[in-house]
Amino acid sequence: MPKFGRLVPLIAVMPLAALGMTACSGAGGGGGGGGGHTVNVLMVNNPQMVDLQKLTADNFTKQTGITVNYTVLPENDVRDKISQEFSSQAGQYDVATISNFEVPFYAKNGWLHPLDDYTKADSGFDQADILKPITESLTGEDGKLYGEPFYGESSFLMYRKDVMAAKGLTVPDNPTWQQVADLAAKADGAQPGMKGICLRGQPGWGEVIAPLTTAVNTFGGTWFTKDWQAQVNAPEFAEATNFYINLVRAHGEAGAPQAGFTECLNAMEQGKVAMWYDATSAAGSLDGSGSPVAGKMGYAQAPVVKTKSSGWLYTWAWGMEKAAKHADDAWKFISWASGKDYLKLAGTKLGWASVPAGTRNSLYENADYQKAATAFYKQTQTSITTADPKNPGVQPRPTIGIQFVDIPEFTDLGTKVSQSISSAIAGQMSVEQALAQGQQLAAQVATKYQKK
Amino acid sequence: MTPKRFRRSNLVWGLVAWLVGILFFIPVLWMVLTSFHSEADAATNPPKFTAPLTLAGYKEFFGATTGASPWPPLINSATASIGSTILVLLLAIPAAYALAIKPVRKWTDVLFFFLSTKMLPVVAALLPIYLIAQKLGLLDNINLMVILYCAMNLPIAVWMMHSFLAEVPVAILEAAAIDGARLPTIIRKVIVPISAPGIAATALICFIFAWNEMLYARVLTGVVAGTAPVFLTSFITSQGLFLAKVCAAATAISLPVLIAGFAAQDKLVQGLSLGAVK
Repeated sequence: MPKFGRLVPLIAVMPLAALGMTACSGAGGGGGGGGGHTVNVLMVNNPQMVDLQKLTADNFTKQTGITVNYTVLPENDVRDKISQEFSSQAGQYDVATISNFEVPFYAKNGWLHPLDDYTKADSGFDQADILKPITESLTGEDGKLYGEPFYGESSFLMYRKDVMAAKGLTVPDNPTWQQVADLAAKADGAQPGMKGICLRGQPGWGEVIAPLTTAVNTFGGTWFTKDWQAQVNAPEFAEATNFYINLVRAHGEAGAPQAGFTECLNAMEQGKVAMWYDATSAAGSLDGSGSPVAGKMGYAQAPVVKTKSSGWLYTWAWGMEKAAKHADDAWKFISWASGKDYLKLAGTKLGWASVPAGTRNSLYENADYQKAATAFYKQTQTSITTADPKNPGVQPRPTIGIQFVDIPEFTDLGTKVSQSISSAIAGQMSVEQALAQGQQLAAQVATKYQKK
Repeated sequence: MTPKRFRRSNLVWGLVAWLVGILFFIPVLWMVLTSFHSEADAATNPPKFTAPLTLAGYKEFFGATTGASPWPPLINSATASIGSTILVLLLAIPAAYALAIKPVRKWTDVLFFFLSTKMLPVVAALLPIYLIAQKLGLLDNINLMVILYCAMNLPIAVWMMHSFLAEVPVAILEAAAIDGARLPTIIRKVIVPISAPGIAATALICFIFAWNEMLYARVLTGVVAGTAPVFLTSFITSQGLFLAKVCAAATAISLPVLIAGFAAQDKLVQGLSLGAVK
């Protein structure tokens, strides 16, 4: 049996190899415990987080001697992993990136470590410097602080100054939705292949639902009343949805039912749309180096109808797990990553345009940052500071949150409703049908809370 | 069939085989090609074949910007795959012996029981396993992955080994027994050599399944025991371009499997067709 001869060494070597490997992994991968100070961080893979990862070893670890073990995952995966980790309080991680959507109900469930004592003891941190609506949205119902922001954003209207000027149009600093619709109609076709406005149409609670809900708020609608009555087919909700869908169908981007943040960013950069209503964080890309529309952009506040402001509020923040095994070191990490000095470090090392903005007043007073973000820093700051997460519409709300209802069920509810909305934008379903379905789903969710 | 017609049909089938082969290989080729492109070129639509080549994607894989080394996850994957494969073979060969060569009573039922464990969707067992692992303090422990992958691959291995061992001529075993060989000797000196190609094929399949497993690894590992597929997803981002990086990482991570496959190729083909020709 000649063939066997060759195979024997292979089979004989395999256990040895396995042993060797086990030994290696035992020695090399032991970052989680043992001697030395470590912090385990679970975070979303966004560019600013990667910057942070890059700057950690040479700065934070060098200064404090604390090693940071990062686990980096894309957004949907990280949300799954975080909810699994925090709900079971597994204690594998000390810190995770959570948003202002998660913080309130995570806090209520007792999954988060309150941070008030740390912020008080840490004189250099300066909690008062953090933009007020952000702090507010990271505070639990019990009044304790549960997260520190890494970056924050609101939503505003971005437009091509050159296109508007060529058409003799002016965009007001605080436009109404009707003004925006009129401008979109007039700017439509201003250049070959250019549409009036880009509005998200892609299904997803974090896609079309976010800008649409801000429109619903300012049109006087809401998902739920204070006592949990679903309002999705109410006249105001329907008016806002009809307005939004009619606008995007008449003067919106090509392929609107599939367009999300990324698609609109591309459309704006490639001159396919004249205006865009979306996250303030987009301004950094539009006016950044390498963007074909840099210097041509103008910025105005989110369009309104019945409210004074209508921008959303979103922040990726650091939350400390209640079961964290390295709580004190974890705070040191949070204090560094959300601190003033980190903004300076990122600004000088990586460029001021890419610092994680939208969290601290001091950044907006920094001359270097003002220079790098001349076109939009004021509008961004105004947009975030005028956002009111507790009272975003014309009626009292059951939970905190502007572009979402702060209950775990909202991701599912929002995504299901968004699919109908997206179909309505594609013309496959009427808005009435879409909202009637949405009302049913919302009413089901509401029953759970009505009983309480 | 005349020789001429035979040759022509041979040619046709050859072409079809090549066509199907290439069709299957195109995505892989595409991945490798994209991995050598810059992020901007990788993202163009329609795609550019002739874009300039760069190693930037591979530098990213080795932690050029993030400083995250790919070695711990690769070593974890190797540990889990090799460890579980060895365990599987140690358990599957005796089990298959008891089912094929000296069949126990109702051996068909036993085989079916083995297979029935594969009928439960993997995800259905995820939550209980997570909770048990948490209680036992085994989360983020590579040994847990070794055990789990072993359990996942065992039924397939038993089935494969069963069909390979069924081919071992009983006469040889009887001859060995008459010569005074006892069971361990027979397994070691007669059965294993005869079924070596089958064992190689089984080992390779188990290795590949374990190497590529993602669902359990993602949920059950964390800081220390993360495997290569989980590490691969860390290159995906919802903001910004990542296609070239991910392709480079995917190419690098598939290399060990590819090498194992090439090394065992002739054994594998033999093994897979072992039962086909009498």
